[in-house]
Amino acid sequence: MTIEVRIPTILRTYTDGAKAVPGEGASLGALIDDLEANHPGIKERLVEPKEDGVDLRRFVNVYVNDEDVRFIGGLEAELSDGDQVVVLPAVAGG
Amino acid sequence: MLTIAQATYGAIVAHAKRDHPDEACGVVAGPEGSDRPERFIEMVNAAGSPTFYEFDSTDLLALYREMDDRDEEPVVIYHSHTATEAYPSVTDIGLASEPGAHYVLVSTREHGNNDGRVEFRSYRIVDGVVTEEDVSVVPELPTP
Repeated sequence: MTIEVRIPTILRTYTDGAKAVPGEGASLGALIDDLEANHPGIKERLVEPKEDGVDLRRFVNVYVNDEDVRFIGGLEAELSDGDQVVVLPAVAGG
Repeated sequence: MLTIAQATYGAIVAHAKRDHPDEACGVVAGPEGSDRPERFIEMVNAAGSPTFYEFDSTDLLALYREMDDRDEEPVVIYHSHTATEAYPSVTDIGLASEPGAHYVLVSTREHGNNDGRVEFRSYRIVDGVVTEEDVSVVPELPTP
């Protein structure tokens, strides 16, 4: 199974400048672990430790086939072959 | 230096004044690598707050898809401060995620929704370092 993961400018230091990389995983959490194996350091830009595990970082948006994963299970969002995942840092401030 | 057309400058200021006392936010897109802020795009502040702004996540995806389709990038990312100076806050610096963008801050603290001057300043924010830059408002952007 291959999933295309689109990488924002600020994270391309982990992908040798690539705007998109392939990944695998039945869930978003598994996909992120797969990304980490190929692009060390990227995982901690996407998730942060919580009480018993990790969760998506607050100001990182992840979409599966154009849906914000926060509406479809977060790290447990299910993925299928051919899905497209997009990562976009929030545009926010105070 | 940020070079920006008068009409775009005016649009940013008008947006900030209109949304006061909430922070206004948006983008001016331009062709990738051109440093030309050509296309003004107001965004909704999903936080609707006088002290915080955030693009709605679905709006954000639509914006980036559209810019990608048009081979554009966000040349300017602007937002307003409604009670403080037009300088990036600690939060602004921490969340700045487009190292190539000009971060424009407008402050409406003096006149709010009314006519009158605003503070309009521009910065680069890269790896947590803020560098202010001059702003040149021109009648129209020069022909590319």
